[in-house]
Amino acid sequence: MAAVAQETPTQTRTDDAVVRIQGLQAHYGARQVLHDIELTVAPGEIMVIMGGSGSGKSTLLRHLVGLMRPTAGSVELLGVDITRAPALEMQRLRRRIGVAFQGGALFSSMNVLDNIMLPLREHTQLDRQTMEIMARLKLEVVNLAGAEDLMPAELSGGMVKRAAVARAIVMDPALLFFDEPSAGLDPAVSSALDDLILKLREAMNMSIVVVTHELESAFKIADRITVLDQGRILTVDDVAGIRRSDNARIQNLLNRRAENAEVDAETYLRRLTGEAAPAGDPQAAGTKQDAGAV
Amino acid sequence: MQRVAEGIGKGVLRGAEEVGFAGALFLEAVLWAVLGPTRRQPVRLAAVVAQMMQIGVEALPIASVLAATIGMMLAIQSLYSLGLFGAESFATVGIALSVVREFAPLIVGILVAGRSGSALAARFSTMMINQEVDALRVIGISPVRFLIAPALFAMMIMVPCLTMWANIVALSAAGLFVTAQLDISLAAYFADVVAALSVNDLAHGLGKSVLFAALVALVSAVNGALADGGAEGVGRRTTRAVVQSIAAIIMVDMIFAFVVTAG
Repeated sequence: MAAVAQETPTQTRTDDAVVRIQGLQAHYGARQVLHDIELTVAPGEIMVIMGGSGSGKSTLLRHLVGLMRPTAGSVELLGVDITRAPALEMQRLRRRIGVAFQGGALFSSMNVLDNIMLPLREHTQLDRQTMEIMARLKLEVVNLAGAEDLMPAELSGGMVKRAAVARAIVMDPALLFFDEPSAGLDPAVSSALDDLILKLREAMNMSIVVVTHELESAFKIADRITVLDQGRILTVDDVAGIRRSDNARIQNLLNRRAENAEVDAETYLRRLTGEAAPAGDPQAAGTKQDAGAV
Repeated sequence: MQRVAEGIGKGVLRGAEEVGFAGALFLEAVLWAVLGPTRRQPVRLAAVVAQMMQIGVEALPIASVLAATIGMMLAIQSLYSLGLFGAESFATVGIALSVVREFAPLIVGILVAGRSGSALAARFSTMMINQEVDALRVIGISPVRFLIAPALFAMMIMVPCLTMWANIVALSAAGLFVTAQLDISLAAYFADVVAALSVNDLAHGLGKSVLFAALVALVSAVNGALADGGAEGVGRRTTRAVVQSIAAIIMVDMIFAFVVTAG
């Protein structure tokens, strides 16, 4: 937080950035889904990536954690360009990042304790007793003490997410990624998870990247918010800046309006055919204004 | 017509891609087994043993039932058909060669494809869809080392063992029928069996079973790795894995028999 407070909201120092994305482009087949993404995350910062369905935020996250390779550009995590790093360097980097998946992605054949111990078992030479102590400590951090012997199928949605967080932080990573932490949870559980994210940053000084479409959650936890739309960054700003933005698309997102909800059939056909809109068409004018703002 | 040709072409390309993928998985699994310990990332023996229990030991009852049934059925058919020429005394030779070279590896291969191949494909598919495989990758664990290699090696160890067991059970069951029908002792029957078989026959059957094991494991892994579409996708991939495994076993069986006996 301190690192960010000294800077302007839309910029961060790039020399010590823990995440640095430059010119990132991604395609699914012939379709381009990410266009020239440029983004940095400072140490200790919570960066929230927001956008509607199909905006490309999940694809961006998959590139950030090295599950997809971009067609162009680079992604640096903790100073390592993961698009070019050799396997051994990636292996070392993996120990310093954690990922909490949307559905938890706990291994269904293992109980909670074994799930959390797995990274320790694979990456360290610790004895089982020490690993158990470390895993139990992380379970305490996520308020899941006592659930060690439960199987993933026996956990509630909120417990699954918290167990996934415990597994993600068991190696004390410097950088933590969350994919839709609030998805599918009731408001109380969702709010508790937001508190947990803030607690993790304060207690462990982690840099955290959160992909979400939940506004309340984003406004509560974010130092800065990146808004994605159709694979492009609309804006990067702090919460106050996002709230007062006059960009129509961002306002639509804030007011939860569907992008094309008010588009009539004639306008839709014009967009499809690329035909110019008649002068004075308010919807066409709105689109131009949006594009200009982008 | 053009669409049909395009469809066939795409199917062939997809098939070739999957065969290539299976080959790459096999090589990667072997590499992990050899080089993993030097990088402190071994293929865990405990995982291999757990798979061996599931694939081999737990399949013993059903493998025994099927082998006994096949042995008995072969004895009945052999005695009937050879009896038409008054050559019942040669039935033992036919039964021994058929069981050891053909029926035991084939029935065990098909059993393992249906029982363990489907389980593996369902497990891998579910893990893909639930992002468990992604979770392994981001933790820095190779899914091939962690999931596929133990299943592959367990299958390549246990399927020949099951085949050997099926040989014994099938020949014993056939012996019960033959001795009763021909009024000979069980010792005389087994003496005939041993005389009829060579090490080459045994190696032929067991060699095939190793090949079948690798086929079932790789077909299941490929189908699991390509799964999408939720629960329906898991069902589709599981069915596809079993059908492809059985088809591959029968075709490879024919090719193997042709190549080995041609010399």
